[in-house]
Amino acid sequence: MAVCIAVIAKENYPLYIRSVPTENELKFHYMVHTSLDVVDEKISALGKALVDQRELYLGLLYPTEDHKVYGYVTNSKVKFVMVVDASNTALRDNEIRSMFRKLHNSYTDVMCNPFYNPGDRIHSRAFDNMVTSMMIQVC
Amino acid sequence: MADEAVFLLLHNEMVSGVYKSAEQGEVENGRCITKLENMGFRVGQGLIERFTKDTARFKDELDIMKFVCKDFWTTVFKKQIDNLRTNHQGIYVLQDNKFRLLTQISAGKQYLEHASKYLAFTCGLIRGGLSNLGIKSIVTAEVSSMPACKFQVMIQKL
Repeated sequence: MAVCIAVIAKENYPLYIRSVPTENELKFHYMVHTSLDVVDEKISALGKALVDQRELYLGLLYPTEDHKVYGYVTNSKVKFVMVVDASNTALRDNEIRSMFRKLHNSYTDVMCNPFYNPGDRIHSRAFDNMVTSMMIQVC
Repeated sequence: MADEAVFLLLHNEMVSGVYKSAEQGEVENGRCITKLENMGFRVGQGLIERFTKDTARFKDELDIMKFVCKDFWTTVFKKQIDNLRTNHQGIYVLQDNKFRLLTQISAGKQYLEHASKYLAFTCGLIRGGLSNLGIKSIVTAEVSSMPACKFQVMIQKL
């Protein structure tokens, strides 16, 4: 269950960003922004030993005291960043991978939508619903 | 087997539809070709997103071109590119000896002057796919004898 999910275009501006506790949104925006540097580092050729070069899933980007940030890059250089609660230890790597797969599938559907111009913000309701299903429920 | 014919016929109708709806002056200016190419561009972007969903990350430009020649061409046209040549400085020539969209038109030099209309969409398809993978390019096509044709891809280095 994620706390914040962001889709970032290859030019590094956000196409879609949503966080669940809506009062501290700016903090999550800042976290996603700083994680972009880590993503770039992982996909560059220098970090050959760190990550399997052929994989799309990047894994844990960096942990903070109450959050962990995960990353995923598609072949079209669109980045997905997910922030989860650090106290949620039940969340395993496989679950994060499957969440990213679902995100990628929904993003592909958005891309094939003739009413969507690549590069615009994502307004698709189907994408919103899918993201809502992945966020934690806050009463 | 029917699915190949559907796209072929739709593509032919698309070309004649664009030309019919254009005004008199535009037919000479080549704006129709641009319209068809832009259609192919947007379709290429979406197609590439779908096809590269499960493949591993590409190592370099040559890897991407090989993917276009093999997997992409096979999925769209049910065959591979017959010949890929490069000068290793950003120019690639893709040769298809039996291009699916031209086989029904003629088997030699007849109707050669109309061939460019039918290649515009595919040029856009290649350009759109490459642009989504991060490569800016210019794609042109030439036909000397149908149904063989060559697509020339010029990579723009920024």
